[in-house]
Amino acid sequence: MPVITYREAVRHALAEEMERDINVVLMGEEVGQFHGAYKVSEGLLAKFGPKRVIDTPISEAGFIGLGIGASMLGIRPVMELMFFSFYSVAFDQIFNNAANMRYMSGGLINVPIVIRGPANGGTNVGATHSHTPESIAAYHPGIKVVVPSTPADAKGLLKSAIRDNDPVLFMENTMLYGESGEVPEGDVLIPLGSAKVIREGTGLSIIGHGRAIQMAVKAAALLKEKHNVDAEVVDLRSIRPLDEETVLKSVRKTNRVLLVEEAKPFCSVSAMLACIIQEKAFDHLDAPIKRLTSIDAPAIYSPPLEKVQLPNVDRIYAAALEVLK
Amino acid sequence: MTKKLSATKRPEAAPGYNARQSPINARLGHDELIALYRDMVRIRRFEERCLRAYQQGKIGGFLHLYIGQESIAVGCVSVSGKNDHIITAYRDHGHAIALGMGFNELMAENYGKITGCVKGKGGSMHYFDPARRMWGGHGIVGGQIPLGTGIAYALKYRGIKGACMAFMGDGAVNQGAVHESYNLAALWDLPVVFVIENNGYSMGTSQERSSAGPDLAQRAEGYGMNWDIAHNGHDVFEVRDKFAAALKLAHEQSKPTLLEVRTYRYRGHSVADPDTTYRDKAEIEEYKKTKDPIMVLERTLTAEGVLNEDLIKQIDEAARAESETSAQFADASPFPTVEDIKKDVYWEADNPADRKSVGSLFFD
Repeated sequence: MPVITYREAVRHALAEEMERDINVVLMGEEVGQFHGAYKVSEGLLAKFGPKRVIDTPISEAGFIGLGIGASMLGIRPVMELMFFSFYSVAFDQIFNNAANMRYMSGGLINVPIVIRGPANGGTNVGATHSHTPESIAAYHPGIKVVVPSTPADAKGLLKSAIRDNDPVLFMENTMLYGESGEVPEGDVLIPLGSAKVIREGTGLSIIGHGRAIQMAVKAAALLKEKHNVDAEVVDLRSIRPLDEETVLKSVRKTNRVLLVEEAKPFCSVSAMLACIIQEKAFDHLDAPIKRLTSIDAPAIYSPPLEKVQLPNVDRIYAAALEVLK
Repeated sequence: MTKKLSATKRPEAAPGYNARQSPINARLGHDELIALYRDMVRIRRFEERCLRAYQQGKIGGFLHLYIGQESIAVGCVSVSGKNDHIITAYRDHGHAIALGMGFNELMAENYGKITGCVKGKGGSMHYFDPARRMWGGHGIVGGQIPLGTGIAYALKYRGIKGACMAFMGDGAVNQGAVHESYNLAALWDLPVVFVIENNGYSMGTSQERSSAGPDLAQRAEGYGMNWDIAHNGHDVFEVRDKFAAALKLAHEQSKPTLLEVRTYRYRGHSVADPDTTYRDKAEIEEYKKTKDPIMVLERTLTAEGVLNEDLIKQIDEAARAESETSAQFADASPFPTVEDIKKDVYWEADNPADRKSVGSLFFD
């Protein structure tokens, strides 16, 4: 199986879906001539031309609203946010228009858009550029939210997201763009809403998404090496729809839960998961559910402190020991 | 110090311009002329019936009446073609009716009934009918303008010779998203006609107290965009003329226009607005006496022998009856069920046989 980077995986998904469906267009800041701020769309302008790969002005509310409007007539725009953090500039268009259009029109209209871009901290770019708003997005009925952590997941889920007739917010990670992994060739789709057990185990369930869950795999290796505990690691991959079944199955198996994510603690995905787990698997819990999130402050700039603020292998490992006590 | 409530100054149209005689209007036959008149009367009677229903507690939330502005919706639709689409804000009843939506489904929507045009999901502010080129009905001031720009983008992308008329009020022109849309439309040559229905007031804040600079439409110059002003928005013939020109530019050159239409609303911003704090009653009465769009057309067509007293009465009674019937229909219709609340959220949830995703979409 070919081994490609996360970045290439996203690019291949875009190219394949644009080949397949003339209605798919890519628009965003610097996606064309600049080859993409993070080189995700490198070569796509040359391949598809300026009608399909569109450089927009810095105008998130404008071009995202435009994309939403165009999608009501059947265009399928993939709109890139250079940093997903810039979503808040277009908040009204996304969460009042894209999320509600189907509902307010009594089902007459749908909005088959994808908004994608890197949602992450860890690159010393400060508080306004480091948001991970998946729970804020997932709060809104009508919106779907996907957070792939591997190249294979990125490609399979982006293809599904583009073909999805509902608005999908697709959150990548600049720190994962260079990571390599096996990605099957061809038209391989991963359905939204399916989590993946990426490490099987019995002693503890570590559940989360994004870069933090990849760190959890390393923390699980430490747990095995130092304490002979086999942690099960579950990558949600999709926030809304959410694979509750895989989560609950793991909890019933291990009876202890550590939830990890890069977001801040208030009402983030792990808070929602904790609620679901206690409601539906209460009798299976041998310990309170623990959460490992970012330290609760805006993203700090200072590089070594940002590493501490975010989930890291050491902090996840320490939190796991707490749950196992 | 008492606040002086003064009438908004309205510059008169360029001297010598006779909209009635312009080619697009001169060629209208009797039936077409009567149709213009009839649709304006229908809109007025529907709005008046809505007002009564609201006062009786049958309509919840907000009700933004189009009374006084009928000439704009009727005029623009009458010169639009099958590929010309409309999107507007929450003062959307006139556009919906002009585009052919039925009174029954509109009134039922106001009442929140399942028989409403959007099944009770939207209400008065959210009339939609894509098949009739009606794209809403939107609540956030200015939020619909990027959407309308996108509709125009889609038409151009598909190679369709059409346009999107994206309507807003004079209160919307200062929203950032509106400026972003002007820029995108001018930059990318999109076939959108941005229409400012300038009735002089946002909710209660007049244009003078809201907007810096000269005429609202003149802001287009900052974007290198074509612009025009229909100074007599109450004159359906001038409205037709101005819209036809803008649509032609959109169709033939795919270029946008910012068209400001001077008009007036007789009722408050919404029915909840007591309309006592920001304008003189005298201003309203003056407009009604001299510029009521229905009265103006009625006089013109009567003088031309197209309308007579009997026909006027007939049209009026038919419009009242149509409105009354819609209220009865709405009254008799059922509400949505509790199960209906979660329908129309996700296309996939409504089309389970075609659903590709798995997992939970809802969390209650």
